[in-house]
Amino acid sequence: MEKTLNTLMPLEKGVVKKVTATGKLKQRLFDMGLTSGAEICMKKTAPLGDPIEITVRGYELSLRLAEAQLVVLEMEAV
Amino acid sequence: MKIALAGNPNSGKTTLFNNLTGSSAHVGNWPGVTVDKKEGFYKYNNEKISIIDLPGIYSLSPYSPEEIIARNFILTDVPDEAPDLIINIVDATNLERNLYLTTQLLETGIPMVIALNMMDLIKKNGDIIDVDALSSSIGIPVVGICAFKNKGIKELIEKGIKAVNDKKPARSVLKDSLISSIYSESLDVVKKANVRNEVFVTVKLLENDELVTHQFTELASTIDSIKAKSDFPEYNNDYESIVADLRYKYISSNFSNHQKKNASNKSVSKTEKADKLLTHKIWGIPIFALIMFAVFHVIFSGDFLYLSIYGIDAIEAPGVMLQTFVGELSGKGIEAVAEALADATPWVQSMLVDGLLAGIDAVLSFMPQMLLMFLALSIMEETGYMARIAFILDRAFRKVGLSGKALLPLLMCFGCAVPGIMATKALENEKERKISILIAPFFSCGAKMPIWAVFAATLFLDRGGEFVVFGMYFIGIATAVLLTIILRKTIYKGETPHFIMELPNYHLPQIRSTLRHLWDKFVHYLKRVTLVIAGAVIIIWLLSSFSFKFEMVEDIGDSMIGIISKGLKWLFIPLGFGMGDNGWMFVVAVFTGLIAKEMVVATLGVLGGMSEEDVLEGGELAGTGIAALLATLSVPAAISFMVFNLLSVPCLAAVGAAGAELRSKKNLWGAIGTWLLTAYVVSFVIYWIGTIWWIGLILGIIVAIAITLYILDYKGILKLGKLFNKIFPRKSTSI
Repeated sequence: MEKTLNTLMPLEKGVVKKVTATGKLKQRLFDMGLTSGAEICMKKTAPLGDPIEITVRGYELSLRLAEAQLVVLEMEAV
Repeated sequence: MKIALAGNPNSGKTTLFNNLTGSSAHVGNWPGVTVDKKEGFYKYNNEKISIIDLPGIYSLSPYSPEEIIARNFILTDVPDEAPDLIINIVDATNLERNLYLTTQLLETGIPMVIALNMMDLIKKNGDIIDVDALSSSIGIPVVGICAFKNKGIKELIEKGIKAVNDKKPARSVLKDSLISSIYSESLDVVKKANVRNEVFVTVKLLENDELVTHQFTELASTIDSIKAKSDFPEYNNDYESIVADLRYKYISSNFSNHQKKNASNKSVSKTEKADKLLTHKIWGIPIFALIMFAVFHVIFSGDFLYLSIYGIDAIEAPGVMLQTFVGELSGKGIEAVAEALADATPWVQSMLVDGLLAGIDAVLSFMPQMLLMFLALSIMEETGYMARIAFILDRAFRKVGLSGKALLPLLMCFGCAVPGIMATKALENEKERKISILIAPFFSCGAKMPIWAVFAATLFLDRGGEFVVFGMYFIGIATAVLLTIILRKTIYKGETPHFIMELPNYHLPQIRSTLRHLWDKFVHYLKRVTLVIAGAVIIIWLLSSFSFKFEMVEDIGDSMIGIISKGLKWLFIPLGFGMGDNGWMFVVAVFTGLIAKEMVVATLGVLGGMSEEDVLEGGELAGTGIAALLATLSVPAAISFMVFNLLSVPCLAAVGAAGAELRSKKNLWGAIGTWLLTAYVVSFVIYWIGTIWWIGLILGIIVAIAITLYILDYKGILKLGKLFNKIFPRKSTSI
């Protein structure tokens, strides 16, 4: 099942399938380790509802929902 | 010999730099603290080795100004300027992402050694990294170090110097990969074109890197045709994504197996525990507010711990005590010099005492509190809390068109706008950078505090003095928000800056490096601000002591600045403080304030017929000359005067800093114009609302609260609304 990163609930996990951003934003997401095959765990949402905090490649990264929407994940089968 | 330090933000690069060079470079746990490259020296066998600390970067792609600085330094077109060695500092606790940059640095062909930092944490966590195996699979020396404890540094330098003499060709992870044939064909093409850094250029051309494809347009189209021969449908033929992917795949299959992680990682769980509270959904923002309140209370409060509520005599906060102490010292110094100069010519004495010394005293009058403010901010930065504040408040910043990253520079402005404006360099988005500089002076700085304090102790004594002081901070912030919204809708339109930020693990602040940072700031000040402000004060002295015929005058009213102010006072009549016999005096104070805000109170004091020392030493002001002078203002006019000082051109030093960051005269004049216009308009509105219509003030407060709630977009209000509906359900229309 596919999902975009912004729709994950806390503690849900997924694997990056592709990044649909363009230009500099795409490059930055790649640089921060969001390439295909990277395992992601959703940690929490900020108090005002945005941005979110995720664990990727062993560190904590925060990004906005608008940017997370451009990261497509393959969800682990339940 | 020249060594460049390159690595990710938060990898301990600056700490290593400090230990190597013994200099006072700033260390911080805020991604992107090193905003320009810094140079220092290391002595090795009597040879002076130059060490360059590059900004922390995640990659060599040109995303932010910092990455461009680092990339241009490493890949300079001038052969002699290239570094002889790169020390790539890698955070051992975060191997995968750190090695991503390593794979790019290897493509430059510059000799390199890896400093594997935070090995002590690896040990503490019970993790294992096979350093030798890692070294042989990457093919360059790897040295385990601990930068904080200065361990492994000597071995690092020795291995590095060996690496310089044992030069290895540039290589890319693409050589044995999915696209190896495309890579080698492209490399041959680039080699034939006789380009410097051929491996790097080839990879960047494959990636469609913006800068390199612009530089080599012909090569780029040849390589595009090579790429067109193959098809990678699983990647949609997107080479940026292929290359990034192959890098990470190469890292996980070749390097990651040299590391064994202990299942129960302690330091991460500590960070997680702290974050459970500090970025908590409900408590995160109140805790932040509480921390900021505590910081301000310790530095600025006249009633520390609110003892007066319990009937105990109020004591001053530590910051105020320190301030008073320094003020007394400098007052005594001035007195002593004045006595020593008693026999000198009057104008020499006046220039030294009323000009130069008064200027130094003016700087000292806010220095201790400013330094404490920076101490607090740098502790927040170093521990990693600042990144969390950006995280919890980003939504609010985005509402007005900024990002959470603008927080640090703007918070600094509460201390002083000069370092605040300089810190805007770390912002990636150019429009965000410009807006931050424009609103920087609205955050009431330390030098404006004495103005609020004098008004609170005279005109507003027993009439909510403290409220007036808070009001100034509030009006400043509200104006900053409004101006940002206006700028975002007009001249600085465009998409809101992205917010992709690492949240580093928390760690305790290093006392030594924090104090070093503070010392650095202090020295920086003595160099930069004192010169400007002392100069400015001498200008003010000159203008207020001499007439246009260049004769010394007794009464400021006959001096150059007095005559100019009398001529221009009509400009300030609409603001409420330009009319009347004393009107011109406030205009003089406004003008001196444009040059240095420290001088506003001193000017008012002198015009009110007091000696400068009396005003600066504070104490009971009721019944004195300055109180009598301020009493000639109506309440709205007084607020209008304060607001004009709050929002107008901050001081010469800040104008200089803004000029350096805006990098264009046109933009700087635009900024100065914006500050003056904003000050005029807001003061005008406040004065007339206050004068005609007291209710207007209340309305204003309601509007301000509404704006704040809109920006915070607090879910709580929605919930209250729902609760209200539940308790008082709307009656259905059926009868």
